[in-house]
Amino acid sequence: MLNQLTISELTSRLARRDISARELTQACLDQIARVDGTVHAFISHDPADALAQADAADHELAAGVTFAQKPLLGIPIAIKDVLAVKGHPLNCGSKILGKFISPYDATVIEKMKAAGAVVFGRLNMDEFAMGSSTETSAFGITRNPWDPSRIPGGSSGGSAAAVAADEAIATLGTDTGGSIRQPAALCGCVGLKPTYGRVSRYGLTAFASSLDQIGPFTKNIEDAARLLGVISGHDPKDSTSVAEPVPDYVAALDGQIRGLKLGLPKEYLIGGLDPEVKAAVDAAVKQYAALGAEIVDISLPHTDYAVATYYIVATAEASANLARFDGIRYGQRVDGADPIELYTRTRGAGFGAEVKRRIILGTYVLSSGYYDAYYLRAQKVRTLIRNDFLNAFKQVDAIITPTAPTAAFKIGEKSGDPLQMYLSDIFTISCNLAGISGISLPCGFTRSPKLPIGLQLLGQPFGEATLLKLAHAYEQSTPWHREKPAPIA
Amino acid sequence: MEYEAVIGLETHVQLNTKSKMWCGCANAYGAAPNTQVCPVCLGLPGVLPVPNEEALRKTTLTGYLLNCEIPRFAKFDRKNYFYPDAPKNYQLTQYDKPTTANGFVEFEFQGGLARVRITRAHLEEDVGKSFHFDRNSGVDFNRAGVPLMEIVSEPDITSADMAYEYLNALKDILLYGGVSDCDMEKGMVRCDVNVSVRPVGTQELGAKIEIKNMNSFSGVRRALEYEIPRQIAVVKAGGKLIQSTRRWDDTTGITEEMRTKEHAHDYRYFPEPDMMPLAPTDEWLAEVRKLVVELPLARKQRFIREYSLPAPDAETFKNDVALGNYFEPLAKQSSNPKAVANWVINNLRAKLTELNEREKTEQSELGIEPADLQLTTLADLKFPPAALLELVGLVEAKTISNAAAQQVFAEMFATGKTPAAIVQEKGLAQVSDTGAIEKLCDEAIAASPGPVADYRAGKAAALNALKGYVMKLSKGKANPALAGEILERKLKG
Repeated sequence: MLNQLTISELTSRLARRDISARELTQACLDQIARVDGTVHAFISHDPADALAQADAADHELAAGVTFAQKPLLGIPIAIKDVLAVKGHPLNCGSKILGKFISPYDATVIEKMKAAGAVVFGRLNMDEFAMGSSTETSAFGITRNPWDPSRIPGGSSGGSAAAVAADEAIATLGTDTGGSIRQPAALCGCVGLKPTYGRVSRYGLTAFASSLDQIGPFTKNIEDAARLLGVISGHDPKDSTSVAEPVPDYVAALDGQIRGLKLGLPKEYLIGGLDPEVKAAVDAAVKQYAALGAEIVDISLPHTDYAVATYYIVATAEASANLARFDGIRYGQRVDGADPIELYTRTRGAGFGAEVKRRIILGTYVLSSGYYDAYYLRAQKVRTLIRNDFLNAFKQVDAIITPTAPTAAFKIGEKSGDPLQMYLSDIFTISCNLAGISGISLPCGFTRSPKLPIGLQLLGQPFGEATLLKLAHAYEQSTPWHREKPAPIA
Repeated sequence: MEYEAVIGLETHVQLNTKSKMWCGCANAYGAAPNTQVCPVCLGLPGVLPVPNEEALRKTTLTGYLLNCEIPRFAKFDRKNYFYPDAPKNYQLTQYDKPTTANGFVEFEFQGGLARVRITRAHLEEDVGKSFHFDRNSGVDFNRAGVPLMEIVSEPDITSADMAYEYLNALKDILLYGGVSDCDMEKGMVRCDVNVSVRPVGTQELGAKIEIKNMNSFSGVRRALEYEIPRQIAVVKAGGKLIQSTRRWDDTTGITEEMRTKEHAHDYRYFPEPDMMPLAPTDEWLAEVRKLVVELPLARKQRFIREYSLPAPDAETFKNDVALGNYFEPLAKQSSNPKAVANWVINNLRAKLTELNEREKTEQSELGIEPADLQLTTLADLKFPPAALLELVGLVEAKTISNAAAQQVFAEMFATGKTPAAIVQEKGLAQVSDTGAIEKLCDEAIAASPGPVADYRAGKAAALNALKGYVMKLSKGKANPALAGEILERKLKG
């Protein structure tokens, strides 16, 4: 089935005109019709619009446009509901935006359109990307394609599930503390969080501005490399994006990893780590050694402070970022006798419990008298955490860890216990605080039920090429990425 | 016990940049509501601010003009508060690391020079404008995101008049620097006042009271003229003042309490994570330095010094920069700059004003909007500046009389002909030929028996009547001094 193929496979077939973009898009739409009643990766999608884009791509292919000119021509790529696509709904998994339609394209969307992609669908997510299970969405839960009684991870749960269930060839998600890597791990696909500043955030509805990055979900590493190449680069509309040249990430996938050093941080071997996850990661480390990489024990001494630091920095920024959802200019409004009552009612009705919790927490840590003790101190600890990584990268080319401490958990299992939920991001959070790059790729399965396990590689700032090279070498020597979820097959 | 006021001002000034602070929308006043907006200045989900380089340059330039330091590290912060006119419900401003700090303004006050220290001039964004109708309210976001500079003074001001003069001096400096159009009616300058009172001779500050809602400099002065005696009266009566914010009511002329310190906002400032900190380079600062202009006070002092002008003339040229710029090159070429100043101020400016009034009336009658009026400026004059110099020279050389010079000026203003040509054409050259004037004097004496008798009876002033007669006979061309001498000789002889 066309929808199961990778970008690399599809582009060669499209180039040969064996298949059309319309057939390919239709295959994805058919799969959505078939499985999304169960998976519910999509909040909404517009088949007619997707097919119209596919037809336009077919015209361009007929007119001789090449994949060198438009590397994603005719490839259906679905979008997390936090990214602005002109003319499409933008809800961020929340009720508060009501019937909001974005009047503009995010920079990544402009770039994907320029590359010829069929940009379609709104993928489910935790409300405003706050969560690790996609259970906080106002649009219902998304189910893990490997076991529909389990969560897909989050916050980009829809993005991960859609790729795992072959409802799209690739998807875009966002990662503030693990929201790409953790669901990728739990759904058995590849998820890449680029270095802070690598990809423009313009058009990404901010959760935590200093931590958010947009990245791809794909079926394999080569596709991640292709997609990253399209969306990366400095954007004059985002002054935190960096004018660092964009290398040819696909060209970096040469299998030459002999002599590269992989750091194994002792702080990541924690008590809560599931034995099967540990065994899979240990095996992956051995596999890397067998492939010629050198394994080095390292220390990231401030790891213990990462979760606390993250929940201060991220909530502080979120408390301001989400202030604009007030019912005055757009979105849902619940009227009041005066502005304060209007705000209170609108936000009271529009935001879910987790979002409210984080706004209150963030408001508190910024309050006069508490700022120094919380926010300022957290920023200092953040610098220490970043320095831990920069020091480690003096010794090693990348760091190897589990992506998540466990495989996918049951729906409802942690939703009543925020702290347990926060700890599911324990291995991914530091990467955002440090502003470095990270990737999750499949490294095995639990026995029963059969659930994917993710391996995380953390790389230097702007070290994505090395990260992809390492991930690719492992992937090509293991079978995991070729497995498909049985329950929805 | 005698009390004194301690006053500090916070002045908000819209910068006259082409575009807004974070987006490409036009920074222009007067468009239809919500027509100069985009996703960025409306605070739609996902947008990011990108600082306007021109606004940063103008703020830094203001720093130089206000004798400030320009720190090598500055940043923007979020000031959090909910209000319908604030698109993001936080305002981007510079909280603890402003672009400029620690300067001063000098200005003339009560016959001497006053100096008010400037704490900082920092950059922030303006908000939208609320409108209230019968049953609902609306917000116009055209103004949202317009670059706004806040200039904070130290509490160095001691009276309402001094506050007024400080504001005028500040405005002049900003106009000179070209950083703001400073149009009060368009809300381009807004001012908040902090005022407290204390016994004369003490150093400790009293409870700081902030006054808001003044929409003119004279409003600031009036508010202080009300507020200072009010505070003194409270303290003298044994009352206690508490830190609070008051609102000036321009119609009733009083201030009323809005909120006290207990109800002060907690703005929860924190560094704006969507932007990198500002770190101006040497090269960039050097470019801004090139934009530094002479300050108004320095210009006035220089005009007095270099052109021996009386203070009122120099003040005129300080206030009317274009007129001063017209004057200065002429003054440099003239042996009598004061005479040039007189012509420029008394004749040229008057004529131009008169012409502009006429143009306004005519064009208004044609239905032309005030903003589209085409008025003659100094640059559009029909005669070249050198012609004015020539005219002054003709008077100096006594080639024409002052009266004739007025005629020449009127003609050159109207037609652009050269003074020499006009003098020639109209025969206005002063007659200094003794023989010709003697004849005219004889005629005058013969025709004016009354004044002649009066003069001879000792009324010296009667000579003027005879002189006037001679001038009339000569059609204004006779050299009046010479005519006087000859008449005197003839009558005495």
